[in-house]
Amino acid sequence: MIKKPHRLPSTLDSELIIKDARRELELAMPSRRLFGKRALTLGGLSLLTGCEITDNESVNRMLINISRMNDGVQAWLFDPNKMAPTYPASMITRPFPFNAFYGEDEITEVDGDDYRLEIKGLVSNKKTWTLPELRRLPQVEQITRHICVEGWSAIGRWGGVPFAGFLKHIGADLDAKFIAFRCADDYYTSIDMPTALHAQTQLTLTYDGEILPPKYGFPMKLRMPTKLGYKNPKHIASIEVTNTYPGGYWEDQGYNWFGGA
Amino acid sequence: MKASLSVMPTTPAVPPAKTVHPLWLRVTHWINAFSVVIMIASGWRIYNASPIFPFVFPKEWTLGGWLGGALQWHFAAMWLLAINGLVYLALNLLSGRAQRKFFPLRPKEVLHDFVQALKGKLQHTSLDHYNAVQKLAYLSVIADLILIVVSGLAIWKSVQLPLLRDLMGGFDSARIVHFFAMSFLVLFIVVHIVMVALVPRTLLAMLRGR
Repeated sequence: MIKKPHRLPSTLDSELIIKDARRELELAMPSRRLFGKRALTLGGLSLLTGCEITDNESVNRMLINISRMNDGVQAWLFDPNKMAPTYPASMITRPFPFNAFYGEDEITEVDGDDYRLEIKGLVSNKKTWTLPELRRLPQVEQITRHICVEGWSAIGRWGGVPFAGFLKHIGADLDAKFIAFRCADDYYTSIDMPTALHAQTQLTLTYDGEILPPKYGFPMKLRMPTKLGYKNPKHIASIEVTNTYPGGYWEDQGYNWFGGA
Repeated sequence: MKASLSVMPTTPAVPPAKTVHPLWLRVTHWINAFSVVIMIASGWRIYNASPIFPFVFPKEWTLGGWLGGALQWHFAAMWLLAINGLVYLALNLLSGRAQRKFFPLRPKEVLHDFVQALKGKLQHTSLDHYNAVQKLAYLSVIADLILIVVSGLAIWKSVQLPLLRDLMGGFDSARIVHFFAMSFLVLFIVVHIVMVALVPRTLLAMLRGR
């Protein structure tokens, strides 16, 4: 999860620059110099058209289609038995970075006593869960690397309930395609079933042995070392098992949906 | 033949130009150039989201507008780069062209040709034949592109491709390798374009084959 994107203003002054470049090219010049000019401005022009191209409807559709194709490639590459590397406690990144689509002063505070996890969709037992009930389920821990789509990474220690066990416990349809998460901070995202059933996918209730602090997603987040950070929702309010593509906060703006590592 | 040449003094006194670059080479060269420009420009925008070093690339030089857009470009053009690169390598090896053009490559000749080039005395007698510096430069950039793809895969799929991840020394160092491989590629491109500007015939050869 990262801060809001700053989109490039569509037109810029590229028209002016192109006009300039064209004038330069049309000027009578000795052929070698002309060639040099051409070589230089062609590079510049191709980059400029790149900026323009980003706002072109059909090009955008092509990029989104390729991104969808990449979802398929990643699903095919995903090996349910392949574990993300784990690390010794000495390698934990301190302090572990905070990151969200809002600032650190805007963190959502959820009241743990009032907290109810909602279960929806293709599930046989749709009863809601309180925090103490979740804490009574068998707990595991992992020290894994969190990889952000921005490129940075950090090693953290997370504890909680293996998600595969939880899904089986509530009688989820394990042949369904998607699991959708809605969060108290209005974030939302969704994942594929094979990743949901991966042994390192965890409903996280603690960080570094302490109750999960608000900045890391109190009362509960989903932790997946096999996916990028924006696929790991915090402050989870509801879980839905579905066959209808649910998208996500960033995914709907253009981030790749699968987001695998 | 002799007579006809003498009545046309404007015709250069060289035999009819034979093909320097076969069509498949020219096509893969330009597809590669196109995909590399997209990969570098979008890669710079991705780099800017979390710089490894204390600088960022000017936004006007980048492609994608924002991180999500840049990622879409990067992960689209990677297919073009990789598939085109494989076609190029396969044809180059199978046709025997790689062996013919790049070898033998002797350090002594590289040094000699490099010194000659610095003195401005390196002659392009024939576009058909690469001098030792060219051989080394082209082989290096091919190796560099392979390193770029391998380090890129290690970053993209650090969990699913543990062999490549370990080969690169882990996720974070794979990013550093990817960055320096990009830097070498950019350096190559700059020198390459300068050399083409100095000997424009080479551009014609890469366009029309001779």
